[in-house]
Amino acid sequence: MSASILFDTPGPKARRRILIINIVGALIAVGIVAWIFFGLAAKGQMQPEQWDDFIQASTWKNYLLPGLLNTVKAAILGIIGSVIFGLVFGIGRLSQNKLINGFSTVIVEFFRAVPVLLMIVFFNVFFSRSLELPGDTALWAVVAALIFYNGSVVAELVRSGVHNLPKGQREAGIAIGLTRGMSLRYIEIPQALVAMLPALIGQFVVILKDSALGYIISFNELLFFARTYSSPNGNVLQALIVTAVIFILINFTLSKIAEQVSKRLSTRVKKAKNAPAVVGTTAATFAETGTKDDAKEQ
Amino acid sequence: MENYLSIFTEYDIPGAFWVNIQLTFWAAIGALVLGTILALLRISPVASFQAIGASYVNLVRNTPLTIIILFAVLALYGQLGFTLGGDFQANFFRLSVLGLAVYHAAFVCEAIRSGVNTVPLGQAEAARAIGLGFMPAARLIILPQAFRGAIVPLGNTLIALIKNSTVAAVGSVATESSSVMKTMIEFRSDIVIPIFLTFAIGFVIIVIPVGLLTTWLSKKLAVAR
Repeated sequence: MSASILFDTPGPKARRRILIINIVGALIAVGIVAWIFFGLAAKGQMQPEQWDDFIQASTWKNYLLPGLLNTVKAAILGIIGSVIFGLVFGIGRLSQNKLINGFSTVIVEFFRAVPVLLMIVFFNVFFSRSLELPGDTALWAVVAALIFYNGSVVAELVRSGVHNLPKGQREAGIAIGLTRGMSLRYIEIPQALVAMLPALIGQFVVILKDSALGYIISFNELLFFARTYSSPNGNVLQALIVTAVIFILINFTLSKIAEQVSKRLSTRVKKAKNAPAVVGTTAATFAETGTKDDAKEQ
Repeated sequence: MENYLSIFTEYDIPGAFWVNIQLTFWAAIGALVLGTILALLRISPVASFQAIGASYVNLVRNTPLTIIILFAVLALYGQLGFTLGGDFQANFFRLSVLGLAVYHAAFVCEAIRSGVNTVPLGQAEAARAIGLGFMPAARLIILPQAFRGAIVPLGNTLIALIKNSTVAAVGSVATESSSVMKTMIEFRSDIVIPIFLTFAIGFVIIVIPVGLLTTWLSKKLAVAR
């Protein structure tokens, strides 16, 4: 709706004007790209030897792929941990026990307000001084920080997912003799999980991006490897661009998957409810509010 | 306890937070201006403008902030010799602000766009009916209502920006809180947890009022419909 409310279907005169502005806009876009390209070339940044490092198998084998592997490792551990953390504390916030509820609320609100970087720096020192962890301490520090922050965001998703369900679901559960806890476990949470799927996948993008913060504590992830590799070769700029492109490709794919899932869910609910297309269906509206109202962006 | 309290005299903790607040302030202004322009591009009737706005948002939103700030410091300044004036420290500070603004502008753009979605169709139709073109309609009718409808996502972006201002550490801004905390816990290994909690609670104290203010403002400024 956003694209079309500001103007009517253009007539012949407006169409001509839009066409002209369109061409000007396209020229501006091309101009910006050309300006960046030639600007870089003028500064001597477009020499083949600065770029062809990144099409050589050895660079990928020794630096970029091992880095990417660590990035993905941290992200996957972070994702699994966040979902578990989110489920535990999300259910905790739905609990009727005041103590459990209060404790979960404090944990979730606290970790949502603390910068991930602060946690990474803290866990790195804390783990290396007081815990004997197997393998790379920096990896565990990054994973722990990712879990505490993103787990808290997932907890909020679980909670708002359950709150957005139609009231009848729980009433029906209780009517067939389930307890509150059972209705939550068998009826509400499974539906909430499906509805929050797009927002959850969106959160994976945040996790992947935040894993790059490990650079600061010298965690051997993609960005760190790219930097170490390029510093002596004098092509840091090129390395950063290549790294950014890798991140963008992965994240863009994840975002597209989230969009598809959201679309699939909205048609599914639409069919089930036979709701008119104008009114946002639960899954679709949830995907909207879920991503926009839950302070998820990093 | 005395041991703990000594950190406040040894290190300038409020000063560290003040640096984060300054980073946030300047970056927020930059992000708001750039984000509004991007939102206008994305809602314009011109396909190429929409494409420019969409490419910016999709590229920047999917890049880690760490890379963007590193790019500003290592590539723009280190390799291309681009400076933003001032002495060494001021230059790093400004480059970090630039990185933060560029990154959050993408989120501001999306927040405003979601705000535009809250403006009823009739408002735009009425604007056209009284003869306003795209820019006057956007400036006088659509955007003022869109900003009011976008307060919650804009507030969330501001909260994210406050927390992300710590990433200026990669931009060699050594006086901001995460860098100061790093130095402190490395030198005072006896009180690692209290130091972390001090900084964490500092952020909670800054972030929670912003959240409450956002909720209050969004109710107060909500357009009655």
